[in-house]
Amino acid sequence: MAASGKIDPMHQFTVEPLVPLHIGSYDISLTNSAAWMLAALAVVGFFMWGGMKRQVVPGRWQMAVEGLTGFIDNLVHVNIGPEGKKFAPFIFSLFTFILAANLLGMLPLAVVPGWHAFASTSHFSITGVLAIVSFSIVLIVGFWKHGFHFFSLFLPEGTPWYMAPLIVPIEIISFLVRPFSLALRLFVAMMAGHILMEVFGSFIVNGLNSGSVMGFGVGIVSFLFIVGVGALEILICALQAYVFALLTSLYLNDAVNLH
Amino acid sequence: MDLMSAKMIGAGLAAIGTGAAAIGVGFVFGSFLQSALRNPAAADGQQGRLFLGFALAELLGLMAFTVALLILFVF
Repeated sequence: MAASGKIDPMHQFTVEPLVPLHIGSYDISLTNSAAWMLAALAVVGFFMWGGMKRQVVPGRWQMAVEGLTGFIDNLVHVNIGPEGKKFAPFIFSLFTFILAANLLGMLPLAVVPGWHAFASTSHFSITGVLAIVSFSIVLIVGFWKHGFHFFSLFLPEGTPWYMAPLIVPIEIISFLVRPFSLALRLFVAMMAGHILMEVFGSFIVNGLNSGSVMGFGVGIVSFLFIVGVGALEILICALQAYVFALLTSLYLNDAVNLH
Repeated sequence: MDLMSAKMIGAGLAAIGTGAAAIGVGFVFGSFLQSALRNPAAADGQQGRLFLGFALAELLGLMAFTVALLILFVF
């Protein structure tokens, strides 16, 4: 952000083409969003590559990778049960990709003039696709395993018959809202954090530039605040990735075990 | 009242919802801590549910935030 007085918190989310590329009337340019997603992929790939040495006595790096895979393995086992093992790679990919994309977006690259980190997960188009992928897998697994019996998901066992006209629509709506809420949660949490950091960062710049004692005080307070918010944001990055993985595994549990 | 000030007031009103979600999230973590301190041995097994409750409560606050943003920047 420039030193001007106007705070523009939405500017950081603009998607700009880096390498323009058009096929027919389709714009498939490599944008900064795509570049940051590729960076997230590269970080995850590098992390995994460094830990796949299969040593009998693991080094530090391999311990880190094993800790992460063990964490997701445990999550899947607890939430889906023994049948969940085959979904562990999917949950793991979701978790690591979202975590890497979130954390890359937090990089303080803006100290280089003209650069700024771009959180690709702060766009509904990205998180929406991730949510649609996990929702489609839930649907495919559910219909594959149970056929039309999958619809019994909408009527929990033991429901009194007179409650059915009420329960079934509620369950259907709550089922259909799942991909939307999954995507919205991640995207809004990331966007809110970045807006907050941007606004308070601008307070620091504007406060110090104003030259008055009052402005200096505002700048100092904002700086102390933003350090805390930055730490909280890193926690939120990890938490939102975890919540996405957790909810996906819970939804898969519905599809695999039918309540 | 002109449209711009009405928008600002509306966005401010929509932001009240985030405070309500803060109460909800605090309630989730507070109740968890309360019962976790009574039975620490069982606490670790319930962390998934803790975060599930957190996510569900937080979503509503985020919705309120989204509505505030929509009022401010979209309409």
